[in-house]
Amino acid sequence: MDSHIEKRIELKAPVSRVWRALTDYREFGEWFRVKLDGPFVPGQVSRGQVTYPGYEHLKWEAVVQKMEPERLFSFTWHPYAVDPKIDYSQETPTLVEFRLEKTTSGTRLLLTESGFDNIPSDRRLEAFRMNDGGWTEQMKNIETYVAQKS
Amino acid sequence: MSHKSRSSLAAKRHPRAPVFAALGDETRLSLVAKLCSGQAHSISQLTEGSKLTRQAITKHLRLLERVGIVHSVRTGRESRFEFDPEPIEEMKKYLDFVSQQWDQALSRLKSFVED
Repeated sequence: MDSHIEKRIELKAPVSRVWRALTDYREFGEWFRVKLDGPFVPGQVSRGQVTYPGYEHLKWEAVVQKMEPERLFSFTWHPYAVDPKIDYSQETPTLVEFRLEKTTSGTRLLLTESGFDNIPSDRRLEAFRMNDGGWTEQMKNIETYVAQKS
Repeated sequence: MSHKSRSSLAAKRHPRAPVFAALGDETRLSLVAKLCSGQAHSISQLTEGSKLTRQAITKHLRLLERVGIVHSVRTGRESRFEFDPEPIEEMKKYLDFVSQQWDQALSRLKSFVED
């Protein structure tokens, strides 16, 4: 199962602007819709309160991993932990990475979220390599089957 | 994302990591691919053409059974295994949900930095 999410988006703004929007906790909170308690610090827990209309009762929590200026910002979290009754701390968190690249028109942002399968990524890469094209092919079979059944 | 889809997702939520992990193995993936035909297979049928022993195949099948991807049905003295698409469907729905949330967040980021 291809269990990671990848998004690529072109932004008409300089890398420095995008970097600030991602890593300044107030700016991050603006577009992400969360009110954070304080600045992001690598290795530290970031906490806050969701401000998304209708979900203001939810807490936000992540552990900041890397902050390489204007290149990479990453954190681990429990993606969209929307049910207050579930103790998400028992589940392995996923890793969110924002990578920035300068382009002629501004910035290319690559977002990946990985770790849904709880397997260390180096081992998973190895599994993908060993499977070669077979993996994709078999996933297609499974998906076709699932689509027919649903 | 509407209230309705969020809450229905939360209600159905249970640990998905084991399902992903169960599929992260070549042998198990190929077993699932065989069972996808929709027919129940016996262990002998599933061992055919494999370098692995019957015991090894059985072990893999039991693991898939534990996460609910396959079910075993007893016919006489023999266990037959069949595919259950539900855990995979659910996992796909969950990934789609997280993916949609990112689409929305990134489009908010876009307006935020381009304004």
